[in-house]
Amino acid sequence: MPTATIPAPPLLDSLPEGSVEVVEGLDQPTWIVRRDALAQVARQLRDDPETQFDLLLDLCGVDYPDRDERFEAVYHLYSLPRAARLRLKVPVLEDDPVLPSLIDVWTAADWFEREAWDMFGLRFEGHPNLRRILTHEAFQGHPLRKDYDPARRWILTEDKIYKPNPQPTGSESVDDMFERMTINIGPSHPAMHGTFRVVATLDGEVIVASEVEIGYLHRCFEKMAETHTWQQVIPYTDRLNYCSSFINNVAYCRTVEKLMGIEAPPRAVWAQMILSEFSRIMDHCVCNGSTLVDTGALTNFWYMFQPREEIYGLLEACCGARLTVSACRIGGLLEDLPPDFEARCRHLLETVPEFIDDVDKVVTKNRIWLDRSVGVAAISAEEAVDHGWTGPCLRASGVDYDVRRAYPYDLYGEVDFEVPVFQGGDVFDRYRMRMEEIHQSLSIIRQLLDRGMPDGPYIVDDPHVALPPKEDAYNQMEAMIYHFKLIMDGIQVPPGELYHMVEGANGELGFYVISDGSGKPYRIKVRPPCFPIMASFSHLMQGGTISDAIATLGGLNIIAGELER
Amino acid sequence: MPHSDTPEPYRYTLAERLYLPLLGGMWVTLRHFVGNLLGRRTSYTIEYPEERRAYSHRFRGHHILTSRPDGSLRCVACFLCATACPAECIHIEAGEHPDVNVEKYPVVYDIDMLRCVFCGYCVDACPEEAIIMSNNYDMAFFNRASSVVTKEELQKPFTYDQARLGYRPRYPEEEEQRARARRELQAGRVDLVGEARRRQEAAAAGPESSKSAAASS
Repeated sequence: MPTATIPAPPLLDSLPEGSVEVVEGLDQPTWIVRRDALAQVARQLRDDPETQFDLLLDLCGVDYPDRDERFEAVYHLYSLPRAARLRLKVPVLEDDPVLPSLIDVWTAADWFEREAWDMFGLRFEGHPNLRRILTHEAFQGHPLRKDYDPARRWILTEDKIYKPNPQPTGSESVDDMFERMTINIGPSHPAMHGTFRVVATLDGEVIVASEVEIGYLHRCFEKMAETHTWQQVIPYTDRLNYCSSFINNVAYCRTVEKLMGIEAPPRAVWAQMILSEFSRIMDHCVCNGSTLVDTGALTNFWYMFQPREEIYGLLEACCGARLTVSACRIGGLLEDLPPDFEARCRHLLETVPEFIDDVDKVVTKNRIWLDRSVGVAAISAEEAVDHGWTGPCLRASGVDYDVRRAYPYDLYGEVDFEVPVFQGGDVFDRYRMRMEEIHQSLSIIRQLLDRGMPDGPYIVDDPHVALPPKEDAYNQMEAMIYHFKLIMDGIQVPPGELYHMVEGANGELGFYVISDGSGKPYRIKVRPPCFPIMASFSHLMQGGTISDAIATLGGLNIIAGELER
Repeated sequence: MPHSDTPEPYRYTLAERLYLPLLGGMWVTLRHFVGNLLGRRTSYTIEYPEERRAYSHRFRGHHILTSRPDGSLRCVACFLCATACPAECIHIEAGEHPDVNVEKYPVVYDIDMLRCVFCGYCVDACPEEAIIMSNNYDMAFFNRASSVVTKEELQKPFTYDQARLGYRPRYPEEEEQRARARRELQAGRVDLVGEARRRQEAAAAGPESSKSAAASS
């Protein structure tokens, strides 16, 4: 396990006195940076061989109405070569919420800055296109500010709708070209996998410029979380990446457990790992199946969806729902595992590979599919990192970064698995990557089953965290009181802040949570893995055809629930 | 920069250039086609509503308000379910119960099924086992008003029929009992669709066979 080395302070001499203050965070070192020094500090952090923070994971705003400097922009950085993490906080005044844009340092900052502008009204100077991203054009105010009333509604009328007209930035003159055509795909289009809108300008068949509009599925998960108790947020997390909702549950519960300093019992951790890996398989099946169906290989869609159907059956037997499972609780599981859990898992281990192998035989070496995917929307490792990619898409570009390997949480340090890496960075390698990861996940599940199911409770035995058993709640006064207190007031999470991440099906799924000890989350920020990936979609489409764009979108596995929260 | 700036795409093998692996793929589809044609069902498609999937005893479906032996609701209008509900879909108005030992009962108990997310938090929260869930998932409405179900409708499907109950508080010994029944039923094989089909066939054959049995006796 690579230990996170605390980065050396950058060349502070060249900065004015007091521009960087180093604080020890609960989870990772935190620097409070004055905004005048931000651009310089960021550039040095990226370029200095001592630090090399090449990946901008997340950028979010936080609102503290009681502070002199009301807003804080929080940057989460990761250094791939040094396996180190760093959080930058930049406080700004309410009257003057302006920060320098870091888009020149990390391209990934593009959409993240737009989101912080949309949600908090933080202005990023130097951003070329600082428009609203998740809310619509007629929206007034900034919804994640603490003084924004969650019940406000704004109506978008047709005359206010933004009309994108992407134009290439190249130097060629229009006279040399044939007439250009602008076409609109989505938001309601079968190939868009959800509701996104892509406006592309074509020169003949080639896309010369494009613009992506998102926000159609935005439901302000983060604002809703602030008005509910910690426990009540779990059903909301199901709806982030709904193809693998179990992983979201685990990620959220782990984060809160870490903040509270408790640990889920071994039985729960064991089961959560198995079901997370099954969810990953399901997610990859959906992604590959739908990519193939978009490129015309319909049969594989059915082959891929059959293991998914079986896995849904297992999840339903464990928690009573197929898609939106809400199967985890802070401190463990919703219910004990069904008695035939192991038998069902073993049965799945036998049946799932059959379908995966069928798909493998039908398409992986099929030249028709190869011609559609090899070299399409290829992105180099350097560009992918610059765009903030993580997960299978990043590994398909040749960067060996997997949270399960880099920061082995749960039992991932004790099982043997490989992190596959491919060098092509194209649609084909993203497809191959997911196929390979399915096999790795199956191997992890097999090893866990061979270790045997740990005995013991499925949720922590702490009446401040977990509801007491029903019989006790009916018959014992003390348990009854705990039961009422826990439902009425919620779990009391001590004040503090923490960023915790797991390897989601799409990449690093992080939760940045801030608690003020009031019984409700003060702020929850999800680090959605497909947000930076979608942000670079325009860049990927450049120079390809429409059919390439469709194949690309499928391979990126964009899930609207997670993208727009 | 430590990362490579040129992607290296996959290189085709000679066989791939010659489209040869297509034959293997065609063999797979042919195998599935013939298999399905000859009745070896390899597909999981269920012909709903004639066929139904057999869900587990934990399925979170339509809610049920349970009753006391005298037929009155067990609910004491403590509002815990409405508090625990993340979707805020439960609306309760409490009234005074004539029996002083009960104190309160719900005059109005509505659940908005279009808001409900079927998370089961109300069942977890209930201190009286007054609200449980069934495994009924057929909920279609013609208008929004009829999606709000009242306490009478919630009480209606109340039954102790194991086959119709879903998510509810359970106790370890009960779990063991259910597991045994399930094991006997399936004899180690997990076959949800087959079970549903068998059940359906049994139901179709059931009335006739019982009728003939009655006639012969």
